[in-house]
Amino acid sequence: MEVFVVSLLNGLVYGMLLFMLASGLTLIFSMMGVLNFAHASAYMIGAYFAYTLSLYVGFWVALIVAPILCGLLGAAIEMWGLRRVHKNGHIAELLFTFGLALIIEKVVQMTWGLIAVPYRIPSGLDFPLFDLWGTQFPAYRAFMLLISALMFLSIWLGLTRTRIGLVIQAALTHPDMAGALGHNVPRVFTMVFAAGTALAGLAGVIGGNYRVTEPGMAFSMGPIVFVVVVFGGLGSLTGCFIASILMGLIQTFAVVLDYSLADLLEVFGFVVTKATPGSEFLMVTLPRIAALLPFILLVLILVLRPRGLLGTRDT
Amino acid sequence: MLEVRDLHAFYGKSHILQGVDLTIREGEIVSLLGRNGVGRSTTCKAIMGLVAPHGDVRFKGQSIAGLRPDQIAHMGIGYVPEDRQVFPGLTVQQNLELGLKTSGVFGRWNFEDVYNLFPNLSQRRDNPAGVLSGGEQQMLTMCRTLMGDPDLVLIDEPTEGLAPKLVEQVGVLLDEIARRGVAILLVEQKLTIALKISTRLYVMGHGHIVFEGDPASLAANETVRQEWLEV
Repeated sequence: MEVFVVSLLNGLVYGMLLFMLASGLTLIFSMMGVLNFAHASAYMIGAYFAYTLSLYVGFWVALIVAPILCGLLGAAIEMWGLRRVHKNGHIAELLFTFGLALIIEKVVQMTWGLIAVPYRIPSGLDFPLFDLWGTQFPAYRAFMLLISALMFLSIWLGLTRTRIGLVIQAALTHPDMAGALGHNVPRVFTMVFAAGTALAGLAGVIGGNYRVTEPGMAFSMGPIVFVVVVFGGLGSLTGCFIASILMGLIQTFAVVLDYSLADLLEVFGFVVTKATPGSEFLMVTLPRIAALLPFILLVLILVLRPRGLLGTRDT
Repeated sequence: MLEVRDLHAFYGKSHILQGVDLTIREGEIVSLLGRNGVGRSTTCKAIMGLVAPHGDVRFKGQSIAGLRPDQIAHMGIGYVPEDRQVFPGLTVQQNLELGLKTSGVFGRWNFEDVYNLFPNLSQRRDNPAGVLSGGEQQMLTMCRTLMGDPDLVLIDEPTEGLAPKLVEQVGVLLDEIARRGVAILLVEQKLTIALKISTRLYVMGHGHIVFEGDPASLAANETVRQEWLEV
């Protein structure tokens, strides 16, 4: 029971972190058709910025300033980079963001070194919030949940209750029409790109000290965020949210459920021993394939439901 | 008001518009007729900046070729595309709201005008536009563009695929637009409607204008009708 509740909470924390990254990516992807390979790099930069800033001005200032810096960087990339590349089609954009991701990784390595930096949870939040049957739940995870929930709420209110949110929704499906009605769509693109990058940066700020802040963090997070976006479906933030939480829960539970196919077969009366043909495969436990699960889901959803859970279009 | 001279446009390598000339004066209803694929829709898109125009396009004396669609819209041209393009996830009211160039600033048209003209839209103002019928979507698209208070509106095939009763409603709205002093460039397939409401007509064939005149002269010109319009 306690394993279940604790895993549920941890899964939620991880899922919300994924959503913070994926929501920006899904908006950028559906609006501009750009699969932004550098999106997870903003997550990494957010973490490193927060680390450096917190050395001088403390975590709480970093929490605000680092995402803003990431957002400005995103706006600059969109205005002076992507917009020019855009004329040459999606492949050029893809390669551009791919190159950018590699550059950012190298720059981070050169600036902060190859190994992880000691970016730590602020001492004010470094205590167990409550005890569940002997397992402690850290206050910082609750704080992450709170920040994610606030972010979710503000994205949702911003998109549905403000005029600029309506323009973004309009430009998601019919950018040309939104332009012909007098809305400056390129500026909306820049704003969305900047906001998406800022959110990724925020995920880095609160995720970098929860996990590890090291130069490989972008490339380990990127593919999973991509899976979430495809799984949730293009053009759908709700789909993206469900997919994020699902992916967070699946990965968390897979780690704690120490079962294999052999255990499943045993329920039906087959006992698998070392002598059974294929026993190596049958005895692989769930925690060992946990890291693979997102990609198995990616392959499955592309085959079975190409537009994703709640996607509004195919491409 | 609108002067188009030697307008060319391309889709990839195909040369769609091959020197279109047309003029629209203030408050006029001008129809652009022709068979499918001769470039009528592309003419609208090129004027609106949605397809790159090559040539001279002047509106209120200023050159607008090369401007972005939103800049052209702010100069006073409205555009109603043939495939309707309502924003499906937004409500009827929100769609109309996005027609306004500045929130809360109304010109010739306000929400009440739209809802009085089309009570159906009024009843469904809080429904997502994606669930409306084809006819309701057509009315919504036209009204959404009108909310931006254009002085000239380009309307592409508004009656396509509509039942006769709805075609009549489109006609009522076109009359109302003209009555409020808005010029119209109407792309139409149905000759009867065009002859009835237009002050002047252009007939297009293969990327350029092949006939220009008033309804009476087109009605009298059987050669043009047979060669360029009738199927």
